[in-house]
Amino acid sequence: MASHANVAHVHAAPSGFIRKYIFSVDHKVIGIQYYLLALFSVFLGMTLSIFMRIHLVWPEINIPFFGGQMKPEQYIALLTMHGTIMVFMVLTTAPQSGFGNYFLPIQIGAADMAFPVINMLSFWTTFLSLVVMVAAFFVEGGAPISGWTAYTPLSILKQGVGDTGQTLWVIGLAIFCAASLMGALNFITTLVDLRAPGLSLMRLPLTVWAWFVTAILGLLAFGVLLAACVLLLLDRVAGTSFFVPGGLVQTGQIVAEHSGGSPLLWQHLFWFFGHPEVYIAILPGMGVASHVLSTFSRKPVFGYRAMVYALCGIGFLGFMVWGHHMFISGMSPYTAFAFSIMTMSIGVPSAIKTFNWLGTLWGGRIHFTTAMLFALGFVSLFVTGGLSGLFLAQPSVDLPLHDTYFVVAHFHLIMGVAAIFGIFAATYFWFPKMFGKFMNETIGKVHFWLTFAGVYCIFMPMHFLGIAGHMRRYADLTAVDFLGGAKHIGLWKVQYFISIAAFITVSAQLLFLANFIWGIWKGKRAPINPWNATTLEWTVPSPPPHDNFAGRVPTVYHGPYEFSVPGQKQDFIPQDMTPEEVLRDRS
Amino acid sequence: MPGTVAEELELQIEHGHGGVPPSRYLDGGGDRGGSRPIPRRAYITGITMLLGAITMFFMALASAYFVRGGYDDWRSFSLPRILWANTLILLLSSVTVEMARKQLSRGMVAAFRNYWALSTGLGLLFVGGQLIAWRQFRAAGVFVNTNPSSSFFYLFTAAHGLHLLGGIVALLYVAFRSWNRARTTQPIAAEITAIYWHFLDGLWVFLLLLLSLGR
Repeated sequence: MASHANVAHVHAAPSGFIRKYIFSVDHKVIGIQYYLLALFSVFLGMTLSIFMRIHLVWPEINIPFFGGQMKPEQYIALLTMHGTIMVFMVLTTAPQSGFGNYFLPIQIGAADMAFPVINMLSFWTTFLSLVVMVAAFFVEGGAPISGWTAYTPLSILKQGVGDTGQTLWVIGLAIFCAASLMGALNFITTLVDLRAPGLSLMRLPLTVWAWFVTAILGLLAFGVLLAACVLLLLDRVAGTSFFVPGGLVQTGQIVAEHSGGSPLLWQHLFWFFGHPEVYIAILPGMGVASHVLSTFSRKPVFGYRAMVYALCGIGFLGFMVWGHHMFISGMSPYTAFAFSIMTMSIGVPSAIKTFNWLGTLWGGRIHFTTAMLFALGFVSLFVTGGLSGLFLAQPSVDLPLHDTYFVVAHFHLIMGVAAIFGIFAATYFWFPKMFGKFMNETIGKVHFWLTFAGVYCIFMPMHFLGIAGHMRRYADLTAVDFLGGAKHIGLWKVQYFISIAAFITVSAQLLFLANFIWGIWKGKRAPINPWNATTLEWTVPSPPPHDNFAGRVPTVYHGPYEFSVPGQKQDFIPQDMTPEEVLRDRS
Repeated sequence: MPGTVAEELELQIEHGHGGVPPSRYLDGGGDRGGSRPIPRRAYITGITMLLGAITMFFMALASAYFVRGGYDDWRSFSLPRILWANTLILLLSSVTVEMARKQLSRGMVAAFRNYWALSTGLGLLFVGGQLIAWRQFRAAGVFVNTNPSSSFFYLFTAAHGLHLLGGIVALLYVAFRSWNRARTTQPIAAEITAIYWHFLDGLWVFLLLLLSLGR
């Protein structure tokens, strides 16, 4: 009896609820934690955008929590927090930290990340960062009003609104940088040093390549953002003058406590991080799209090596182009020209990727699963959003368009929605592996079509608004006749259409949420390999055991996308299928 | 370009797998990942990545320093002399860290502990010296918001000092944790800590040159 209690005690400590589900060092639990954090954040961010859409179109409506009609500074605070939460807590966490954490170790045949404790710290630091940022809503003066880019001196000077909130914002972002650095370090080390025997770099799934390149970008970019945050924080709380110019006049008075700083310095530091950040959001989606397109076309990825080099090329060029966010800052036309050329050259690897996605589909036996639909949607949105990038990459075109809805349309399509479609594709694709159950495919397809049509209805008209000269970040469409808000004419009608489309699209996400919860709760049981896929995660039970391979070390013999190999009975060859088994499968 | 990176990594991997039987670094192990051995090269990769990130952080600060230094309101202050003594102390601590590691590799555990403790003491002495430098600067009426040049002085010393305190924690960790059930060995942990320590050493010399030449 005593010995039994003793044994139970030895095993009970690590499998207790807290160690298993809360402060877990298991990469799979951490991956799901990141995913849930992103899920919470995306609904929070969408709620903020709904408030903004309501206010834009019906400014007279009293919105709960806002104490009557929304004030312009409240609108700008919503805009700031919407951008911040979406970019950092959704687009950076879900595709990379969420799915990357869960599947990178399994896809490379490892039992866990290289440094599990750092992995756990990374998640909980991210969580702390979210708490600090969201706390900005609840302090005196409310959330900050300087946009997610926190341009100086707006983000430094006392405004009377959002002052404490801005300080919390900077601290929250600095914490987020630390968390991301820990994550990136772990991803790179795990990939470089813990791969299964036989898994050479050119046999890695493209998802793994994408997470790898993303991790390198994160490692190099977040340190710079951290430095920028430290400088901004000192300017705010210690009275230093890194970013505030001398002789600045605020409401009729010269700002005495600061002198001689450079607002452009902030922009350079921020965008040196900010542009790679765009690729941090989108590259994992590219990896997932390649993976899913290949699996459901039953064809190898067309031009695998080109895909890998294109990923690396995009990552490399991503560090050379930050100046294109600053064309209107008054930079030298020669500098702008250089940034413009570099920016447009990103079109080359992007076109390679798009061409290869279409090449993968060409002649394939396409299975229109929900995951496949979202991967196709990703390609569509990537092309649409990318094309407007070519417009904006030219300084002469960017100058009139930069502060208009054209840019809003561009970055939402390519960075926001395309990346979200990557997340959806990954969710529908890997859900059976993560939870051992299926999500409902019919509801999934309804969700896809509503979302796909919805996001185009929201963001396509914004291009026209922008070309028509509708400025972004305006809280009040009634103030200027040209915008037509007072008489409900002209551009207001377009805004009205966008708002209605946004309400429908957001409602459709409730379908997803219901499907997600229903799937975990009552979904159909999933076998080990429901999609007849090739990579290592489909060789272990669904969901995988604690150490993934139950102490076994898988050996890899094949590339990641050996579908429909001529002469084989089975139309796919799993990566760990031995040569003898392959011979036995010959017809 | 990307091709060469990939090939380089490929070489590294193949070397890595060479002599080590798979079970050495990937035995899975059922007990919560806690005792799974991790190869030495994973720690080397990890610390290299960490140093890369820290380098980017300080390079961003340094580039801000150069940009801001070009403005008219920049004034220069003579640096406290004690900084040079602190520098010598820090350089000396790198030497003692290496001597400690040499003793450890010979199995001279007692000697290792002495040199290691000496290094930790020198590290603390350096931090104390930096605080004295701050006091001297303050006594001269130079505060963090006096001028951008003084802002950068406080910022560089503080950022470096915090990283160095992290290094001191690592030194203590290597000395005091029990290595029986660890996923790595004390010599490897000492090696990783030493790499970090030497890096901070070099970083300080770089920052000091920056501060003294930027005047």
